[in-house]
Amino acid sequence: MESIRLIEVKEEILSDNNKTAGEIRERLRAAKTMLVNLMSSPGSGKTSFILRTIEGLGGSLRLGVIEADIDSVVDAEKVAARGIPAVQLRTGGFCHLDATMVTQGIDALDISGLDLVIIENVGNLVCPAEFDTGAHRNVMILSVPEGDDKPLKYPLMFSICDLLVVNKIDYLSLSDFNMELLRQRVLALNPRIKILEVSCKTGAGIEGWVDWLNKEAAGFKV
Amino acid sequence: MHELPITESILKIVLKHAQANDVRKVKTIHLRIGRLSDLQDEWIQRYFDYLSKGTVAERARIEIERTPIVMRCNACTASYEWEVSKMGDVVCPACGGKSSTLLSGREYTIKEMEAE
Repeated sequence: MESIRLIEVKEEILSDNNKTAGEIRERLRAAKTMLVNLMSSPGSGKTSFILRTIEGLGGSLRLGVIEADIDSVVDAEKVAARGIPAVQLRTGGFCHLDATMVTQGIDALDISGLDLVIIENVGNLVCPAEFDTGAHRNVMILSVPEGDDKPLKYPLMFSICDLLVVNKIDYLSLSDFNMELLRQRVLALNPRIKILEVSCKTGAGIEGWVDWLNKEAAGFKV
Repeated sequence: MHELPITESILKIVLKHAQANDVRKVKTIHLRIGRLSDLQDEWIQRYFDYLSKGTVAERARIEIERTPIVMRCNACTASYEWEVSKMGDVVCPACGGKSSTLLSGREYTIKEMEAE
């Protein structure tokens, strides 16, 4: 019997994805386009948030949207109806987008002349956190009805985001959601994260988000 | 839920190293995965058994070492472990500080493999 050898591998499991993600970041940086990965659970208001973003930007940034869904084209149709270039990626059962799928989305979108591309990731707080999409900024939406304990349950997602948008603040008076406690919990995991409170229903707070986008995207023009 | 693409990546890397080392049979694969990851160990093995059929890695056993989530308190610099499953707040046990920096818990590596 042959002897057993120990082979040192020491390789990142997701090295291929991370490499493709790095290529996306460089390619879009060269094109002066900022790529934002928007993540959340299903039903937190991602598509409404994008529609509010289109309104709020009012053309100050030329926007494109990559929509991911397990198997539908509804979201992209809503965005395209507002005159915004949109591509729908059907993940065919996959629970997240990876960098290769995002590359396909970017190729299909034609980013020339776009200042900002938003990826609407698959609604899920687990898997999308593990896969680098090549985005320059990671943004997550947490809606008030989901509860203030979510950072304790999905810490990875909260730890990788640059910005947390707390949506549906119009529900605050109807729930026991504790905004101060949420802030503490999120900042404990990720001290550099910025937190914004919005309501896509009333439009409250959207201005702060649009200001953030304009400011961040300006950094890509230099 | 994302164990399938992760397992595909594992197999690809394992086969690459197997070829480079003239391996006839991969016996065991050692992974280091941080506790911040939600991977289900059992599904990784099941998917691996399925995907590796007909390769030198067929029937290899996957051993997963889970590395703890270690935080460092930004106030007193004490390091401490945090367990997701307890759903407790991230608070420094030494000084009660509520701002910490993640030191480890996001590992996602193939460490080594045993092979013939």
